[in-house]
Amino acid sequence: MTAYGDAGLGLLGDPTRRAIFELLARGPLSVQQLADRLPISRPAVSQHLRVLKDGGLVDSHAEGTRRIYRLDQAGVTALRAWLDGVWADALTGFQKVAETPPPEPRQETP
Amino acid sequence: MTTTAPIPPITDSATVAVPIDEAFRVFTGEVDAWWPHQFHIGAAEVEEVVLEPRVDGRWYERGVDGTECDWGRVLVWDPPHRLVLTWQINGSWQFDPDPAHASEIEVRFTASGPAETVVDVEHGSFERLVGGGTINDAIRGGGGWVFLLDGFGAVVAGRS
Repeated sequence: MTAYGDAGLGLLGDPTRRAIFELLARGPLSVQQLADRLPISRPAVSQHLRVLKDGGLVDSHAEGTRRIYRLDQAGVTALRAWLDGVWADALTGFQKVAETPPPEPRQETP
Repeated sequence: MTTTAPIPPITDSATVAVPIDEAFRVFTGEVDAWWPHQFHIGAAEVEEVVLEPRVDGRWYERGVDGTECDWGRVLVWDPPHRLVLTWQINGSWQFDPDPAHASEIEVRFTASGPAETVVDVEHGSFERLVGGGTINDAIRGGGGWVFLLDGFGAVVAGRS
């Protein structure tokens, strides 16, 4: 039961891991490709990938000399973990907007 | 390959210091203002998140390039108390039009005071979503993880 909750909050609670996860959601990438897209070093990327892999959210395979990472084949688990964080942030956003007094009526541009 | 075990729902709630009608109006009518735009599915950055305010209305993102990407449908439209949406992005991170494969988001609005509302969200039925067995093919197929739905792709016209 708690495994899913842990997956969402623990694995994707870290902003860098979430960034890696979201990049992989757009397509498989190598460690180097991930490092090129993120402001962190290649070893740091590898470390985050190991955590994501242990958590069952991503898997990897060898392509030539490179190791390619992608979201795990059991994609619903990964999707759910992603949504866990999405809803938490979305409701925070909702609360902010709902409690912000309505702005002055916007002027129509002629 | 097949997932039979039920997947626990995501539950969350927020208490907002506005009357129930206003809470419902903002949740539905201003979804674009509060949904964090970094959470999206399409290839392009999000221009707008749209929730059509009626049963069977669409819930979708429109990218800056004008393409639309469906997320689901409105199943229950009961202002200001209840809203049920489907989430039809599956384990391959693609829109699945089959209603039998839809996860469901139930949103309940409860007045806890004249100007206070509790909003409970339960996103469940994840086991109905089809898993990611084809994720590799889908992702490698070219263009990445794009499921720009040509079939639904009538761009909302007349807005500028």
